[in-house]
Amino acid sequence: MKTQMENQMENMAAQNPSRRKFLKESTALMGGLVIGFYLPIKSGRAYAADAPPKLVYPPNAFIRIAADDSITIVVNKSEMGQGVYTSLPMLIAEELEADWSRIRVESAPVAAVYNHTGFGMQMTGGSSSIPSSWEQLRQVGASGRILLIRAAAQQWGVPEGECHAENSQVIHAGSGKKLSYGKLADAAAKLPLPDNVALKSPKDFKLIGKATKRLDTPAKINGSAQFGLDVYLPGMLTVLIARSPVFGGKVKRFDATEARKLPGVQGVYQVPTGIAVAASGFWPAKTARDLLEIEWDEGPGAALSTPKMRAEYLELAKQPGAIARKDGDTVQGFKAAHKSISAEYEIPYLAHAAMEPLNVVVDLKPDHCSIWTGTQMQTMDHAMAAKTAGLKPEQVEIHTTFLGGGFGRRANPRSDFVIEAVQVAMAVAQPVKVVWTREDDTRGGNYRPMWSDHIEAGIAKDGKPLAWKHTLVGQSIVADTSFEAFMTHNGVDATSVEGAATLPYVIPNLQVELHSPKNAVPVQWWRSVGHSHTAFVVETMIDELAHLAGKDPVAYRLGILPADSRYRGVLQLAAKNAGWGKKKLPAGHAYGVAVHKSFDSYVAEIAEVSLENGKIRVHRVVAAVDCGMVINPDGVRQQIEGGIVYGLSAALHGAITLENGRVMQSNFHDYAPLRFSEMPRVEVHIVASGEPPTGIGEPGTPPIAPAVANAVFTLTGKRLRRMPFDQESFA
Amino acid sequence: MISLIINGKTTKVDADPNTPLLWVLRDHLQLTGTKYGCGIAQCGACTVHLDGRAVRSCVTPVSMASGKQVTTIEGLAETALGKTVQAAWQEVDVPQCGYCQSGQIMAATALLKENPHPSESEITAAMDGILCRCGTYNRIRAAIQKVAKHPLLAEQSGGAK
Repeated sequence: MKTQMENQMENMAAQNPSRRKFLKESTALMGGLVIGFYLPIKSGRAYAADAPPKLVYPPNAFIRIAADDSITIVVNKSEMGQGVYTSLPMLIAEELEADWSRIRVESAPVAAVYNHTGFGMQMTGGSSSIPSSWEQLRQVGASGRILLIRAAAQQWGVPEGECHAENSQVIHAGSGKKLSYGKLADAAAKLPLPDNVALKSPKDFKLIGKATKRLDTPAKINGSAQFGLDVYLPGMLTVLIARSPVFGGKVKRFDATEARKLPGVQGVYQVPTGIAVAASGFWPAKTARDLLEIEWDEGPGAALSTPKMRAEYLELAKQPGAIARKDGDTVQGFKAAHKSISAEYEIPYLAHAAMEPLNVVVDLKPDHCSIWTGTQMQTMDHAMAAKTAGLKPEQVEIHTTFLGGGFGRRANPRSDFVIEAVQVAMAVAQPVKVVWTREDDTRGGNYRPMWSDHIEAGIAKDGKPLAWKHTLVGQSIVADTSFEAFMTHNGVDATSVEGAATLPYVIPNLQVELHSPKNAVPVQWWRSVGHSHTAFVVETMIDELAHLAGKDPVAYRLGILPADSRYRGVLQLAAKNAGWGKKKLPAGHAYGVAVHKSFDSYVAEIAEVSLENGKIRVHRVVAAVDCGMVINPDGVRQQIEGGIVYGLSAALHGAITLENGRVMQSNFHDYAPLRFSEMPRVEVHIVASGEPPTGIGEPGTPPIAPAVANAVFTLTGKRLRRMPFDQESFA
Repeated sequence: MISLIINGKTTKVDADPNTPLLWVLRDHLQLTGTKYGCGIAQCGACTVHLDGRAVRSCVTPVSMASGKQVTTIEGLAETALGKTVQAAWQEVDVPQCGYCQSGQIMAATALLKENPHPSESEITAAMDGILCRCGTYNRIRAAIQKVAKHPLLAEQSGGAK
């Protein structure tokens, strides 16, 4: 399904016909010399292995070598904490034989050359930066190395074969001659690109696979890293917008008399999303916004209330839905089952709550528009900004800053925050910074969908699952977006059922059905997307079946996983390191386990849990991950640590609820992320693998909620089927 | 005009006295290392030092900072302890997205100044008010413990006593 979808997206996005030949150009820049490449990149293996080479690469796309030997790597993915400003340069530097200490990073402008090799647009998401760049960026680096060696050999009049590259130098072993890359870049840039680029064998890697310090750390510990909110332009105004308290509501009338009187307020404007207050800074804008009197035409969104929606969802979960997977015959399977159980699950809307609230800086001129923002979705935002401003695409530029967290919110399929900021800039004749307060960000929708699931499962006499029927109810993220045509087939949005329709266990009679109701609440991908809820329902139900069968939860899973499954490796590695079934835990502590595959990576997590004053306390998490070959092991550890914290925040505390269409949460006091005092110790164990690298930004998140819930069952005998868990009482 | 001493330098700003110090630092002075996260002292991204103590600048009126020594992340490296904390952060490679890290570092430095060898629970108590969504808490703890073991710091705190 994925390959087909991605191929379609690629075909749509590939505006240039396939071109197999290499092109190259050189440009002098900033007193230094530049090597640029056109490369007909083969996609990473995880991405459409059969897709033809397509986009060619313009000059200076990824590498600039300056006369002083510094090397600038232009990174085409957004740095939101996941480490792409380190791991992607590592891919280039490995093959370039570059001196890692002289590598600098720059964010890419918007251009087709920087499109995702799998998705055909410039974007960061789907835990795909490494898998989609793995072949591409190593080829870029290798081409650079070949040209630099060729330039040196020609200068020395020696055969290329007698020269080699090392640490940003070309060396002729016979004569001991050496030239640094900075001295060769000019000559190398004049050479035609090589047409045959062999990549290193993994056994020769010097950088890939070694724990490497992040290149962005220095700027992030001295306050100099520039996030979107840190952009200040001359004459810029700060704009806060009063948006409808109900999704889909419109301004009926407003009175800004008092707001306009406030010192520092430049103007108040009606824009499509509400009333915008422009002022000399955040504080006057916020103070003035509080003084606005607005009457809203709330529309049908005002009827939305969580308890009512929950009842409707649970009722729908009992009705037949669109078929996402059908194996065997579940009716016969349940008839033949030795024992059966059924359960329903309630899972709330979730806000992303990145630490940096949304913000966009726009400098709009009659014939040009410059945008500064932390976005994950450059191509869409760029096109929508141009359309909104009535400009040609080439008149619009986006500067991607650091992102103070993304988690999917900054990849909006409707470009909501960028379009709105351009609309504001059109109303205000000065550069603007549109800032969302924390309250705006929390109440601004674009949530992980709310879900209700129903599962009925039956086991045979030997305890193995015989029948499984899973019905999911929740909004489709791509409904009514440009992604729908590619991602929804036969009424099934692939991301709604990922992890449920793709569960790995051997179950002869299996059916997965989906309902995708629509309502006014905008929904969006949230770290691990569909997996963020399917891992919870599937892995807690599998645990119930293990209990029903009277088997150990790890042994039970191993008994029903296919013999060649990569799930087995992570499950066994986590169990071994946790001392599963062997280690004596402190009194009142219990282990729970879950294993899940997402973004082609496999993660098992074992949580050590106790109850303290009736509250769930997670002491330790032992994680095992198989993400194929590892680029930066410390980066992998960071992402698993982060994925666990993100998932645990949601499992324990996270819920967005509605009453009369209004979001009941507003800030970190009532939408509470995990705090320092709640942080478990985390151990990350990595499976040694020679497989191509797969995703790592998201796969740590899905298994933590079921692992904790399964531990709580062992402690209390109570099954947790509603998230978040802090609504349960264990007194 | 309000007179402020920021990172050792005296400066005057024309701001409403009720304006939170955070927005004076950012909007008036473009000291953008201090971050806005919540505006209600719930996340600690805005933490700065006022006469050496950690405060939430998002709820501190600028008038309250007048005449006091304000230290922000931009001025932290001017002290040996600040430098040592930043070096520990670098060594452990703490940040991910990095947005909360100014506040984390300012809070950690204030803790270590008062208490050079904090226990596990003292670290937890001091850091519990600073949120991180990326999951860097364990690395923050490791970095603080690294500083607490730093010989230079042990010497300094010994000298101070």
